[in-house]
Amino acid sequence: MSGQYETVIGLEVHIELATKTKIFCGCSTEFGSAPNTHTCPVCTGMPGSLPVLNKQVVEYAMALGLAANCKITQVCKFDRKNYFYPDNPQNYQISQLYLPIARDGYVEIETPAGEKKVRIHEMHMEEDAGKLVHDEWDDTSLVDYNRSGVPLVEIVSEPDMRSADEVIAYLEKLRMIAQYLGVSDCKLQEGSMRADVNLSVRKAGTDKLGTRTEMKNLNSFKAIAHAIEGERARQIEILEAGKEVVQETRRWDDNKESSYAMRSKEDAQDYRYFPEPDLVPIVISDEWIKAVKARQPELRPEKLERYRREFDIPQYDAELITESKKVADLFEKTAELCGKPKKVSNWIMGETFRLMKDRGMEPEELSFSPENLAKLIDLADAGTISSSVAKKVFEKIFADDVDPEEYVEEQGLRTVSDEGAIREVVEKVLADNPQAVADYKGGKQKAFGALMGQSMRSLKGKADPAAVTKMIKELLA
Amino acid sequence: MANKISDETIEYVGILAKLELSDEEKEAAKADMEKMLDYIDTLNELDTSGVEPMSHVFPVHNVFREDVVTNSDGREDTLANAPQRKEDSFEVPRTIG
Repeated sequence: MSGQYETVIGLEVHIELATKTKIFCGCSTEFGSAPNTHTCPVCTGMPGSLPVLNKQVVEYAMALGLAANCKITQVCKFDRKNYFYPDNPQNYQISQLYLPIARDGYVEIETPAGEKKVRIHEMHMEEDAGKLVHDEWDDTSLVDYNRSGVPLVEIVSEPDMRSADEVIAYLEKLRMIAQYLGVSDCKLQEGSMRADVNLSVRKAGTDKLGTRTEMKNLNSFKAIAHAIEGERARQIEILEAGKEVVQETRRWDDNKESSYAMRSKEDAQDYRYFPEPDLVPIVISDEWIKAVKARQPELRPEKLERYRREFDIPQYDAELITESKKVADLFEKTAELCGKPKKVSNWIMGETFRLMKDRGMEPEELSFSPENLAKLIDLADAGTISSSVAKKVFEKIFADDVDPEEYVEEQGLRTVSDEGAIREVVEKVLADNPQAVADYKGGKQKAFGALMGQSMRSLKGKADPAAVTKMIKELLA
Repeated sequence: MANKISDETIEYVGILAKLELSDEEKEAAKADMEKMLDYIDTLNELDTSGVEPMSHVFPVHNVFREDVVTNSDGREDTLANAPQRKEDSFEVPRTIG
């Protein structure tokens, strides 16, 4: 049944900007401080206080708009969106309705059917609301206004997405752009990137949009995918039963894997927008746009192109490395320090990604320095440590960012290159394992592996395996 | 200029403003709002075609501040007038079921 329906999805994505201060006052935006420490009369809506716009917010919003191929609105202004809720101390949110900072753009996403453009309707600047914590036992909520007035850019897409996979590809693309630009860290868990999903279904082949619902409270890619599947099924069921979908806002509960209507009909959604009288218009000159464009850092496509020219690494590696700006920066810095891009790429593609996967880590959580990885590569390259020791040392670098030169000395991990020392160990292993020696001499190749393993273990992995192999063969000849 | 504001409108504006109005208060509010609309109507007597919509009363634009932290811990001032305070937060009736 459900195969006959097409899902139509548009997104409203909120990105918290990485400014040091709030959008309209000099309070810090630092995350995780004690409740209400970063507050002042402006961000708590005290009578008589006046907002003054943070210039960096305009520049970050412009940078995002330009990176998403938008037109910058050269005369733009703020409006008031009126509503009552305890997280909103002014009883209005300062936002942009009539003249948003950027309009008519697009980003490209990868889909199984090839590249696809998702059009951006507009981007606007606005302030975030406070945070409500609901007390489990008392019948009360606690309000913390630290987040009130933190700058946001809301990115409104056209209804161009057709599946959960496309939605996630779009979000990943926006996140990558924002991280590359340095305008936001886009952490879904901390709420610095949030998405509201507008979804409707229609019979495949029809052009008319169905009635849509809006889903809120989606704070992981997994929750977004679940919510989309759940809402699609719910709407199809309603239509199949001959009923009509009600246009409403629904809240997703990821624990119950279902959504429920958030607002009743009596709760009218009428924001009575009007121009914000406390803030003057913003006039953006061509020169200003040019200056922001000129400061725009290299984005992923240019980076990939440069890697192709500068570094001798496979295209596949380059693509994975540049997926995160953090990893790309680590790669470039390390390659610059040791001058061996191919080796750096191998350490990132191999051990780094393996350990990240084992520990369920995001690239942003990587904490080791390019200096120490570069030193490790030099140590391994010079033959000072064997490749198996290098992997062990890397785990220490990955976890604690140890200096590999010091660590190798402290732990006595230098390769045993002294032939006499290797001979001594191998002789002892052969003497202790007469059965294996006899097996090998009787033609059992497997026995050689056992002797090799024993010898390497006795040498604590510190010898060059080729030298040990040579020694065993020599002594057994 | 009577009856510009219907009973439904007053009801609706009341809901939006989170006000519960008695019948007398509704009538009084209706009269007040009608007066305001009459006043605004005066503007319609002017020909404003060809006049750019104004976005601000003062001919000023681009007033910015730099992104520098200037405020320190403001919690005591912020919470000074809290009707109900719990530790460092405002305490309000539970907002979600």
